[in-house]
Amino acid sequence: MTDIAPPRFELARFERLSASSFLGYALGLVIIFWCLAGAGFSLEKVASAPPRFADFAARAFPPNLDPQVLSRLGWKMVETLQIAVAGAVIGVILSVPVALLAAKGLIAGPWVNQIVRTALSFIRAVPDIAWALVFVVAVGLGPFAGMLAIVIDTIGFCGRFFADDMEATDKGPAESLTATGARKLDVVACATIPGSLPAFISTSLFALEKAVRSSTILGLVGAGGIGIELKVGFDLFDYPTAMTVIMMIAVVVIGIEQLSGWARTKIIGEQR
Amino acid sequence: MSARCTPTQASLSSIVSSVTDLLLESQTASAVPSEQTGATFAPVSPVDIEARALAKRFGETQIFSDVSFRLARGEAVALVGANGTGKSTLLRCLMGLIPTSAGSVHLLGQQPNEATGGELRKIRAQVGLVSQKHNLVPRLSVLSNVVHGLLGQHPGLRHWSHSLAPQSSRDAAMQALERVGLAGFASRRADRLSGGQSQRVAIARAIVGGPKVLFADEPCASLDPSAGEDVMELFFRLVRDEDVTVVFTSHNIEHALKYGDRVLGLAQGRIQLDATAASLSSADLRGLYD
Repeated sequence: MTDIAPPRFELARFERLSASSFLGYALGLVIIFWCLAGAGFSLEKVASAPPRFADFAARAFPPNLDPQVLSRLGWKMVETLQIAVAGAVIGVILSVPVALLAAKGLIAGPWVNQIVRTALSFIRAVPDIAWALVFVVAVGLGPFAGMLAIVIDTIGFCGRFFADDMEATDKGPAESLTATGARKLDVVACATIPGSLPAFISTSLFALEKAVRSSTILGLVGAGGIGIELKVGFDLFDYPTAMTVIMMIAVVVIGIEQLSGWARTKIIGEQR
Repeated sequence: MSARCTPTQASLSSIVSSVTDLLLESQTASAVPSEQTGATFAPVSPVDIEARALAKRFGETQIFSDVSFRLARGEAVALVGANGTGKSTLLRCLMGLIPTSAGSVHLLGQQPNEATGGELRKIRAQVGLVSQKHNLVPRLSVLSNVVHGLLGQHPGLRHWSHSLAPQSSRDAAMQALERVGLAGFASRRADRLSGGQSQRVAIARAIVGGPKVLFADEPCASLDPSAGEDVMELFFRLVRDEDVTVVFTSHNIEHALKYGDRVLGLAQGRIQLDATAASLSSADLRGLYD
C-alpha cells in the first residue's frame, strides 16, 4: 500500500453542538420524560408484570375449544367480517366522489378542495370506536351501527388518499384529452381515474385490512361483531373463551392481510 | 433581435427579411398588416392560427415575448429552438391550455383566452395533440384510448370506453387504427405496446375526430431514430391529404426541413427565424442552437 500524504484540511469527526442545538436536544429529552411520567411509567410495575401475565396465561390456556362455543364465536366472526366488508366497500365507493371534490385542479375550486379536505381530517381525527358510539346512539345497538362507523372511517382514510393519488397521477393523458375539447368530468373519468386505479386498489385493500381490525373491537361498545364476546369473556373471568376470541381475531386479521397482499401483487403487479 | 447578434443570427435575420419580401410579392389586395415585421401580406388560404405580440412569463422568468406569426390552412410548420426556448410553452399557449401573459392568439378564427369554457371546448374539438410522450391511458385498451379522441365532439359516458361507444364512433376509431396500421391491436392494453406503436395509437387518437389543426410536441423525441422516422412519415402522410394545419416542435433539423413547409425558430425569447423550409439549409437552423 502506498503512503498517503496527510490532507491539508481535516474535518472533525463530530461537530460541536451550537447552543441552540444543545437546548433543542435538552428540551426534547425533558418532553419525553414528562410524557413517560404522564403515562404512569413505572419500572416496578414492569418488573411485576411477567408473573401476572404468566398467571393470566395459565388461566387462559388451553383456549375454550368446545364445539358449541366455537360455533357461536365462528358466527360472530362471520358477522364481524360482514360488517368490515360491507362498510369498507360502501366507504370506498363513496370515497371516489368525495376525493374528486378534495383533489386540487380536477373538478372543484380551491375553496371546495379545502372544505372537503378539512372535513376528511375531522373524520380521521375521531377514532373509529368513537364513531361507533355515535352511531349506536343514532341507529341503536347492533352491527348496522358498526358498519356505519366503518363506512365513515373508510371515507376519512380513502377520501384523502384517493385525492392525493389523483393529484399525483401523470397529467399527460389528461392534457391530451383536454386539448381535444373533452369536459373536465370526461377527462377525470377517462384519464385521471384509470391512471390512479392501481393506487386506488392498493389503498382500498389497506382500507379493508383496517376495517377488519376495527370491526373486531366495535363490539366493545355494542356495535356488533366479535368484540362483545371478548368483553364478556374478560368481564366473567372466562379467560379460556377470551383467549379463543383473541386467537380467532389474530388468525382472521393475519389471513386478511395475506389475502390482501396477494391480491395487491396479482392486480397491480401485472402492469409494467 | 438582440443587440449582441452573432454572425449566424445576423444571417437568420436576413432570412426573415427575405421571406417577408417573398410574402410581400405574393400579397393580395386584401392585405393585413403584420405586427412583427411591419409589412403587409396575406396568405391565400384562410388563416388557422395567428399569434399577435404573444408573451409568456412564469413568475419572474420571461419565456418568450413579442411572438407574432400567421399560419395558413394546410401549412405544416416546424417550431425549432434550443431547450428552454419555450417551444412547448408556445404550443400550449396556442391551444389555450395555459394563459398567455400578453398578446393574443386566434385559433380557427376564435380567441381561446377570451372564450368561455363551452366555446373553448368547441374550438379544441377541432384540434388534435400528439405529445412527446404518447400520453395514452396505460390500463385501457387501444380502442378505448382512440375513442377518447372523440370526447370533444361527443362528451359523456358513452365515449368513456369502447364498450359503451356508439357503433359509428367504434367504426371511426377502428378506421383511425387501420390508418396507422394497428387495427389488429385494438383490444390490447395500451401499456403492452412498444414506444413506436404507442405513438401511432396517439396519432390515431389525434386524427379520429378529423381535426383542422394538429399540434405535435416533439412526437418522436422518445423513439429510436428508425421508429421516429416511421412515426413522422406516417403522421405527415395522414395529414397531408386532409388539408390539416400542423404545428410541430422538433430538435431534429432534418425533420424540420423535410416535413415542414415553413420553419419558425425561437431563440432568446423571440422568433429569430421565419422562413420556408425550401429556402433553408441545416446550417441555417444550427445557428439557433449556438
